[in-house]
Amino acid sequence: MRAKLPDAEGLLPKLAAELKGRITPATAMIGLHTGGVWVAERLHALLALKAPLGAMDIAFYRDDYAKQGLKHDPKRTKIPFEVEGRDLLLVDDVLYTGRTVRAAMNELFDYGRPRSIALVVLADRGGRELPIAAQHAGAVVEVPAGKRLRLKRADDGRLSLELEDGG
Amino acid sequence: MSLLIKGGRVIDPASGRDEIGDVFVDKGRIAEKKGKAEETIDARGLVVAPGLIDLAARLREPGQEYKATLASEMDAAVAGGVTSLACPPDTHPPLDEPGLVDMLRRRAKALARARVYPVGALTVKLAGERLTEMSVLSEAGCVAFSQANVPITDTQVLWRALQYAATFGYPVWLRAEDKWLSREGVAHDGDMATRLGLAGIPAFTETIALATILQLVRATGARVHVCRLSSAAAVGMMREAKQQGLPVTCDVGIHYVHLSEMDLGYYDAHCRLDPPLRSQRDRDALASGLADGSIDCAVSDHAPVDEDQKQLPFAEAETGATGLELLLPLALKWGSARKLPLARTLARVTSDAARILGVQSGRIAPGAPADLVLFDPDEAWRVMPAALRSQGKNSPFLGYELAGRVRATIVAGNVVYERK
Amino acid sequence: MAANPQLNAHGELQHLLSIEGLPRGILEQILNTAESFVGVTEREVKKVPLMRGKSVFNLFFEPSTRTRTTFEIAAKRLSADVINLNIAVSSQTKGESLLDTVANLSAMQADVFVVRHASSGAPYLIARHVKPHEHVINAGDGRHAHPTQGLLDLYTIRHYKKDFGALTVAIVGDVLHSRVARSLIHGLTTLGAPEVRVIGPQTLIPAGVAALGVHVFHDMRAGLKGCDVVMMLRLQNERMAGPLLPSAQEFFMNYGLTAEKLALAKADAIVMHPGPMNRGVEIDSPVADGPHSVILPQVTFGIAVRMAVMSIVAGN
Repeated sequence: MRAKLPDAEGLLPKLAAELKGRITPATAMIGLHTGGVWVAERLHALLALKAPLGAMDIAFYRDDYAKQGLKHDPKRTKIPFEVEGRDLLLVDDVLYTGRTVRAAMNELFDYGRPRSIALVVLADRGGRELPIAAQHAGAVVEVPAGKRLRLKRADDGRLSLELEDGG
Repeated sequence: MSLLIKGGRVIDPASGRDEIGDVFVDKGRIAEKKGKAEETIDARGLVVAPGLIDLAARLREPGQEYKATLASEMDAAVAGGVTSLACPPDTHPPLDEPGLVDMLRRRAKALARARVYPVGALTVKLAGERLTEMSVLSEAGCVAFSQANVPITDTQVLWRALQYAATFGYPVWLRAEDKWLSREGVAHDGDMATRLGLAGIPAFTETIALATILQLVRATGARVHVCRLSSAAAVGMMREAKQQGLPVTCDVGIHYVHLSEMDLGYYDAHCRLDPPLRSQRDRDALASGLADGSIDCAVSDHAPVDEDQKQLPFAEAETGATGLELLLPLALKWGSARKLPLARTLARVTSDAARILGVQSGRIAPGAPADLVLFDPDEAWRVMPAALRSQGKNSPFLGYELAGRVRATIVAGNVVYERK
Repeated sequence: MAANPQLNAHGELQHLLSIEGLPRGILEQILNTAESFVGVTEREVKKVPLMRGKSVFNLFFEPSTRTRTTFEIAAKRLSADVINLNIAVSSQTKGESLLDTVANLSAMQADVFVVRHASSGAPYLIARHVKPHEHVINAGDGRHAHPTQGLLDLYTIRHYKKDFGALTVAIVGDVLHSRVARSLIHGLTTLGAPEVRVIGPQTLIPAGVAALGVHVFHDMRAGLKGCDVVMMLRLQNERMAGPLLPSAQEFFMNYGLTAEKLALAKADAIVMHPGPMNRGVEIDSPVADGPHSVILPQVTFGIAVRMAVMSIVAGN
């Protein structure tokens, strides 16, 4: 029986409530393009964080360049604060193999040395290929074989989780 | 030895004859049928025409044997149905001495394939300064005098050379090119050269030089044959000059009625030619000019170049294309595109060329030398290095399929080439 | 005619030989990727590990310090290994043909060849002969193309003017010999700039230039009217005092960019130059150093653009 997908909108206040305990004066948030940035924008507003929101594209740190090349136009990484000494909240939409987060951490360390990094994801679908774990996950989602879990944003800004064909 | 060529489509451009029939050869000449022939060739399904006469084919001997040899290029000639060819004087050293001319003729004769007519240098070493001993060279066998692709820049020397040649009635074959204007260029000065960033050779490098030549012809009465027209404007000038009764003729390289600057593509050095391939308008005018007789004949301008000299950036590559084996199919392609009768197409590479060369070959009539080509005008073949006998595999048509395949070539009544 | 040698069977960029013939989408991909790399060049650690383990061979048959240096910086910022080969023309004539040189380097596991050559078309010849995993980037061939320069010029224009669809661009000077001009013209027409002008004396404007989609002006003042972008081309000293131009002074009088002439362009016009500048010949110092000039940013963008080109072709 196929499990129903959780309501993305409902997960956001739940995550925000969990994260409240983590906030320090050194806290800053970075979302991973593209879905992670959507989630981070919402969380950043809900938590009313002081440091401006950062957005990161991991295109230049991926481990599959040799096979895939640069497939998509990379978005520009913008980190409008000093990484040095920060308690960073790294935000992504779906946690799967862990390779994206590995690349993101490598890229982050090229900006400076944070005091700590906590991984925040909207949905954890398991299937880890690297020793990576989320400190905060909105929901654990079982994804049937041959499907991909995607975050979608409607014109009015509403977020929703959907299944698509693909690996 | 007598030979009967039976049942072919006999085309004699000089007389206009085009009918199924027989050709009888006796003692090296075309003859009326007399008795039984010692040998018979079945020519059914084939065209029987005079052997092709090519006014410009480089044999690379003496001096450039690494590019090609007399033997390989003579093989190429007869495989292409060419029974007479004139070779330009730009050998190494140039044909400016009777000894060289004599040696060339002997070697060619010994190979017993096509007839070779050397064109002597007009000036010593082709340097454009001193006249060659034209009478001595003429006795040694030179049929005309030329500067090959090295035009004389000193117009006074050109004037005197034409005067001298006119004194004795020696024909002078000249490229119309102003070397000052063309010296840096490598491609036609048009859209393609601008696009590809290649130094350009404007069409007026030809017309300015041609105007000079025509004026000098008017002044000296020299018989001049203008070689390798490349521009529409030059065709117009030749047409007018002939109408005015000047003793001038001209030819075009067979590649130039098919190709234009567009064929350079992404710097295809096989299209690096001298003169350059010009615009499509020029190409079309050359094709028309050849059809209406403003241009007297087509030549191969055969120039074997080894691949190392072509696998270079365009401007550094050596100029020239192999052509002896492509003269017939490319002439046929030109003729059929213009819907010309086959006799007229063939005239441009047989009887019309013979007239300029001043030889008896190039026609099928009793008493004429038995120089013949038997070919299938419809048989297609792919232009590949292996299919070419010339040592020069450099052709813009590599990989193309062309129609027109030689089955046998006969020179002085002897079968010098046969394809089984 | 043969298929575009720059694109592989999937329509992806495998060699960058010329801007001409590249679809708009690929130009935009390069510019967008370059924008991300600008971000990298602005931070402390200017390297990304993208091309770690890849080798970039700079094959410069024509000497150049600036271009070669920016390619070297770009490759190193991608964590690639860089080998510089300055092959003087004389050693070429000593015997080794162009293709032999490339074949020898190929045997040393090259991934990217960055080639600058005095003969137009040389990179095409090389691209026809490299192995499938090897990529050729044209760093300038004769007067034909300098595509990375064209791309960084396009990037600069996009940075300051945003929309190509409304621009009037003038390219001034020795267009005849300029590969920079040709590349920029192709880029602008592909990206939809409605009005591209070339300005110069007849001796410096090539015969077929109108066919590239530009308007020709011999009067600089007329040509500068209403321009959003003015690109001044470098004038090579060898050209002066010959049959092309009488002198540098006279050239400056007729075609040099001064504040007075620049005032004819739009008030917010930008002034560009591929460098190095001949002050007092193409452009006077007040303009070169003035508020309209974006000549220095061009250089910064150049590194990001070259990083973008290398990372795109090497991955295809």
